[in-house]
Amino acid sequence: MSDFSASDFSAVDPSTQEPLLQLRASEIAATAPRVPKRILVLGATSGIAEACCRLWAERGDSLFLVARDPEKLSAVAADMHTRGATYVGSAIANLDDTAGHPELLAHAINSLAGLDIAFLALGVLGDQSQAERNFAHAAEILHTNFAAPASLLTWLGNYCAQRHSGTLAALSSVAGDRGRKSNYVYGSSKAGLTAFLGGLRNRIDRDGVRVMTIKPGPVRTAMTEGMKGSEKFADGNEVAAAIVKAIDDGTDVLYVPGKWRVIMAVIRAIPERIFKKLNL
Amino acid sequence: MATASSAPQPEPAKNATPRFESWGRYPTLDATVLPMHWQGDFPGMIDGVHGGALAVGMGRSYGDVCLLKDGTLLKTTSMNRLLGFDANTGLLTAEAGITLAAILDFAVPRGFFLPVAPGTKYVTLGGAIANDIHGKNHHNAGTFGCHVMRFELVRSDGTRRLCTPTENPDYFGATIGGLGLTGVIRWAQIRLRPIVSRMIDYQGTQFHGIDEFLALNEQSQNVEYTVSWIDANSAGRNFARGIFMQGHHSNVPAPLTKSRPPKLVFPFDAPGFALNSATVGLFNTVFFHKQMKKSVTALQDYEPYFFPLDKVLHWNRMYGKRGLLQFQYAIPWEHAREATEAVLRAVSKSGLASFLAVLKAFGDVPSPGLMSFPRPGLTLALDFPIKPEKSFALFKRLADMTREFGGRLYPAKDAAMTPSQFRAFYPQWERFARYKDPVLTSAFWERVTGEEAAS
Repeated sequence: MSDFSASDFSAVDPSTQEPLLQLRASEIAATAPRVPKRILVLGATSGIAEACCRLWAERGDSLFLVARDPEKLSAVAADMHTRGATYVGSAIANLDDTAGHPELLAHAINSLAGLDIAFLALGVLGDQSQAERNFAHAAEILHTNFAAPASLLTWLGNYCAQRHSGTLAALSSVAGDRGRKSNYVYGSSKAGLTAFLGGLRNRIDRDGVRVMTIKPGPVRTAMTEGMKGSEKFADGNEVAAAIVKAIDDGTDVLYVPGKWRVIMAVIRAIPERIFKKLNL
Repeated sequence: MATASSAPQPEPAKNATPRFESWGRYPTLDATVLPMHWQGDFPGMIDGVHGGALAVGMGRSYGDVCLLKDGTLLKTTSMNRLLGFDANTGLLTAEAGITLAAILDFAVPRGFFLPVAPGTKYVTLGGAIANDIHGKNHHNAGTFGCHVMRFELVRSDGTRRLCTPTENPDYFGATIGGLGLTGVIRWAQIRLRPIVSRMIDYQGTQFHGIDEFLALNEQSQNVEYTVSWIDANSAGRNFARGIFMQGHHSNVPAPLTKSRPPKLVFPFDAPGFALNSATVGLFNTVFFHKQMKKSVTALQDYEPYFFPLDKVLHWNRMYGKRGLLQFQYAIPWEHAREATEAVLRAVSKSGLASFLAVLKAFGDVPSPGLMSFPRPGLTLALDFPIKPEKSFALFKRLADMTREFGGRLYPAKDAAMTPSQFRAFYPQWERFARYKDPVLTSAFWERVTGEEAAS
C-alpha cells in the first residue's frame, strides 16, 4: 500500500550528514498521545482501590470495576466517569464465589478489549476475637482474603502469561509478615496471599508478566474506621499515589508507607522465644 | 423534638477519633462521630443510637451549628464522589461531603469556577447549602443556594425526596439555609460558571469612613466581586478606615492549572495573650499601609484573592485554646450606615481586638432558602478572641444593637445569640420547624429554640 519507509522521516542535512532533528525516546513519549491503560479493579469499592481509581481516571485510563454492592459500585463508577476515565465498565459480583470467576474475568477483559493491569483489592479485616472462638468466621476471612484472590490470580496469571504481557497487583498486608495475637487470622490469610504472589511472580515474571505484592501498613479507610489510633494511620490518597507509581514502575514488593519495610524487618528479626511473650 | 439531654444518657462510647470542633473552637461539646462513606449509610447508621444526630462536614462554621452535645455527628467528608458533569452547561453533580476545594480542583482545569466562593474552600457542598453561604459576588449572584439546581434529601425515617425549585419546593426552600435539620443531603447539583484564566483582575482602594466605603460600593455595582477589609480597632482620624477590594475573573486566556495543596500549618495553640489590642492594632495598621498608594491594581491568582487564610491550615489556633467568637450581621439599607458606625464605635471603645473585620454590601437577589441569612443591606463580620467577662458582654450588646436596627445575625458564625434574639431575627422559624426532621438537631437549634437562659 505505502512506499514510505522509516528513512523518509529522518531529516538529514546532505552537506554535513548530521541529523537535523533527533528526538530522544523520552521526548517522543512526551509528545505522543498517551494510550489509556486497561485496568480491571476487583473490590473497587474498597477505600484504597477507590483512591487508586481516581488517579487512574484523572489520567484517562479505562476501568472495569467489580464489587458486590450495586449502589456503592454505581457511585464509584459515576465518579470515575466524571473524573475523566476513557471507559468505565462495571459488574456486580460476590468474589467469594470462585466458580463465577472465569466468566466474570472473561467478560471484564472483553469489555476493556484487553488487559494491562489487574488490581486485586478484595479483603476483609474480620473480627479476630470472633475468629478465635468460631472457626466458621475464620474460614470466611481466609476464603475472602486468600482463596478468592488465589482463584482470580490463577486465571489472570495464565491469561497474561499466554500473552506475555500485563501487570497483576494485589493488596496483601504487613500483617502477613509475622503472625501476632491481635490479628493472626487476618495476618495468616495475607501471609498466604504474599507467598502465593511470590511464587506466581517466580513462575511468570520470565513470561513478561509483572506480579506485584503490595503491603500497606495501617491506612485510614472504611475498613480501619474506629480502630484505636486510626487518626495516625496513613492517608489513603498518599498510599494510592505510591501504589499507582509502583505499578507504573514494575515494583515487585511495595511496602507503603515505606517505613514499614524497616519496621517489619525489625519485627521479623525478633527471636521467637522473645516474640511469643510480646503483646503486639 | 428529640433532644440529647431529655433522658439520662449512658457514657458516650469511647471514640478513637478526636473531638469534633467547630472553627471557633467554642463551645466544646462531646459527641460521637460516625463517618458516613456512602449515600445509603443514613439512616441505617443511626439505628439504635440514642439522642439526636446531625450531618456535619469540615467543621468550618464558627459556633455550634455543627455541634451536638452527647449526640451523634455524621461526618460526611468521605462521601465525596463526583456523579456527573456537563461541560456544555456547567452542571456538576456530586455527593454532599465533597469539599469546594475538591470541586475547584476538578472544575478549574476544565474552565469552570464556583458560582459563589466563600472565604474558605475547605467547606463541603452539603455545608454550603445548609448554611446558604455567600461570597464576594452576593450583590449580583445571590447566595450559594441560588445556584443549586437540585438535591436529594433523606429523612431519618428513610424517606427520600428529590428537591428542586418545582419538585418538593417546600423542602427545597427549607433545606437551603436549613442548618442540616431537614434531613441529610445525599447529593446535589449546582451550576458552575465558566472562566478562561485562574487570574483575578484586582483593584484595592483605601477608604476612610463608611461614606467613602458607600461611595466606592456605589461605583462598583457592576463589578463581579467586591468586599472590604475594615479596621475595627482604630478611633479618631483612622475610624472605619479600610481597603475596598474589587475584582473580576480575568478574560485573558491563561493556563488553567490545578492548585497546589497548602504547605503551612499553624503549629500550636497560641497563648491567650498573643492577640491583644496592641498586636491587633499593629496588624491592622500594617495591613492598611501594606498598600502604599490610595489605589492599586494587580492581576492576582484566585487562591489568595478568595481564600487568603487557607494558605495556613489551622489558623484558628492563633486564637489559643479558648477559641474565638464571630459576629456577623446583615442590616437593611434603611439603617445600615448608622448601625455600622455605631457597632464599629462600640467595638473600638471596648478595646477587644478584632482583626479580619469584613464589610460588604449584600444585593437583592432573593435566595430560595427559607432561613437564609443575607438580605439587602450591609453585612459586617468581626471576630474576637474569647476573653471571659468581656467578649460575651460585648457580643450581647452588639446583638441587641443589631436587633434594634432591624438586622439579623448569621447562625453559621454564632455561638451566643439568645432565643429571643433568634426569634426576632428569624420570625419564620416556626414555619421552618415544620420541616425539621424529628431526629436531626444541633446544639445551635437546641439553644435558640430552648428556654431563655436566666442571666
